[in-house]
Amino acid sequence: MESVSIKILVYGYGNVGRQDDGLGVELASNVEQAQFTFVDTDSNYQLNIEDADNIIPYDVVIFADASVKAVAPFQFYHISPSKEITFTTHAMAPQSVLALCEDISEVVPECYIMEMPGYEWEFNKEMTEKAKGILEEATSFIMNLLKKDNLTKQDFASAVTCECDVSPE
Amino acid sequence: MGKKITIEPVTRVEGHGKVTVKLDDNNNIIQSRLHIVEFRGFERFVQGRPYWEMPVLVQRLCGICPVSHHLAAAKALDVIVGAGTGDGLTPTGEKMRRLMHYGQMFQSHALHFFHLASPDLLFGADGDPATRNVIGVALEHKDLAVQGVMMRKFGQEVIRATAGKKVHGTGAIPGGINKNLSVAERDEFLKGADPLNIDKMIDWAQAAVDFLKGFHGQNADMLDNFAKFDSSHMSLVGKDGGMDLYHGALRVVDTNGKKILDDIDYQDYTKYIAEDVQSWSYMKFPYLKEFGKDKGWYTVGPLARLNCCDFIPTPLAQKEFEIFKAYTNGKPNNMSMHMHWARLIELLHSAEMMKELLNDPDLLKDDLVTKGTKTNEGVGLIEAPRGTLFHHYKIDENDQIEMANLIVSTTNNNWPMNYAVEDVAKKNWTGKDNITEGMMNMLEMAIRAYDPCLSCATHALGKMPLEVTLVDSADKVLDVKSR
Repeated sequence: MESVSIKILVYGYGNVGRQDDGLGVELASNVEQAQFTFVDTDSNYQLNIEDADNIIPYDVVIFADASVKAVAPFQFYHISPSKEITFTTHAMAPQSVLALCEDISEVVPECYIMEMPGYEWEFNKEMTEKAKGILEEATSFIMNLLKKDNLTKQDFASAVTCECDVSPE
Repeated sequence: MGKKITIEPVTRVEGHGKVTVKLDDNNNIIQSRLHIVEFRGFERFVQGRPYWEMPVLVQRLCGICPVSHHLAAAKALDVIVGAGTGDGLTPTGEKMRRLMHYGQMFQSHALHFFHLASPDLLFGADGDPATRNVIGVALEHKDLAVQGVMMRKFGQEVIRATAGKKVHGTGAIPGGINKNLSVAERDEFLKGADPLNIDKMIDWAQAAVDFLKGFHGQNADMLDNFAKFDSSHMSLVGKDGGMDLYHGALRVVDTNGKKILDDIDYQDYTKYIAEDVQSWSYMKFPYLKEFGKDKGWYTVGPLARLNCCDFIPTPLAQKEFEIFKAYTNGKPNNMSMHMHWARLIELLHSAEMMKELLNDPDLLKDDLVTKGTKTNEGVGLIEAPRGTLFHHYKIDENDQIEMANLIVSTTNNNWPMNYAVEDVAKKNWTGKDNITEGMMNMLEMAIRAYDPCLSCATHALGKMPLEVTLVDSADKVLDVKSR
């Protein structure tokens, strides 16, 4: 771990005031507490255009989010830029952020999604018990990955749990 | 590696917009409606919660304009804790909130223009939907896209510095604010490395206004006549009649510019405004009581604010305001697509206001909170990016929320959005019995001009697709398209 030479961003997004929608933010918070010198964390309600600039300094970016359809305990997969944007007016999918990054910068990080299933989405701060278990497993997965000796970009590629077809929101 | 699977888009908190266009036997439009099809009861959820939780709790509504809800709730609670209605705070308390608010306006308007409006303007209604977006803009107009990204980022950093953090900020509290601005934070905004400093933001905001004016010069017919209809307009204005996005009194002007309500203390809003319901939408329909359900509806947002105020109290925005007003000979502007023009003038005004505030030494002082005699009811109003936002709370003897009523900007614009959809449908769909991509684009353009935030309006959970249905006079579905 000491010899890690790549810079990593773990970016959780979602609304922590809506139960399991906060899974991504909580995962980023868990990683932040470990205080890796080569890892930055960030969080927000949703991704947006400024994130195309925010991710530029990193070699690897992990977007963490809750999902209505993900399979327990989680999916961890690589994403590519997508220029598709739907009518949704105020948020961007990670694939779209990556595409915008590609447009405005010559350097684009390798990006992955940690997608965790959520179950309840009401106006309640308390995460469901099932989601808490998911968060624990996902956090453990990411932490073990980040603790690898001589961590390289290839380690992330090797860690993916599925090859997913994901349409941007 | 596991098997290949398909995953639906990750969840987000937004509403669901649905448009139905009804045709008669000759394919003439007889009805067009924007439906809101999901609902969650936030007002009921907060009942029984301690009142002081509201400024943070209301940010659960959605992640699109949490700062506006944060500040509107705090303003309502200022009244409850006896700190007055907007002007009773300490100078530091009020100015920190204003800086937060103008940071929010700036980043929201920048997002709307560069992310949402510019693709509509640059690629038009006939543009390929696959590339008619901010990524398409970035490919063909990289400078414009970079400016949009950086302006959003600057506004977000102002929010972080004033609210404490980007997610569930805690800056505004009942009676004031819980932090001031440090010298380092101030200097970073004033003199930060290019381009992230306030002077560059003002330059870019001015350039955005100039871009829009230039575009208008070449496309006046489309911008002037697309989704144009008569309307009354409502907004807060300052005591002197000038634009004030944080605090003031309510003013409503009719389509001819006559002030039909003026200098209204928003604590009394229920005397003037009521909310109607329609069977086909979960979103309420506010109206002015004096003029009834049919004639009392009004528009809010950037266009309404420029129609209501007498002037803008910052020099560059005032100069643009004069040009804007001259275009309609001083009369209210009822052209929906001019919402984009008005929004950019406000973008410039917000940047100028931030600079003025950042140079104010009061931001660095320590007198943060005002205390007074508690009452059991308060109303907070603010001009959010999309328009006037109402928060109204009553508390019981245990300091718990007994009643909450929120009228969000998009709800205030419910009828205007419906009329915009109707105008576009009647002018462009008559005689047609199927839905084309161009027709979808036009509806998107009309709805997007209002920058609707359906998550607040519907209190919904899920994505926000646009679904358009064409039906005949017997409600038989002729065509359906969604995005």
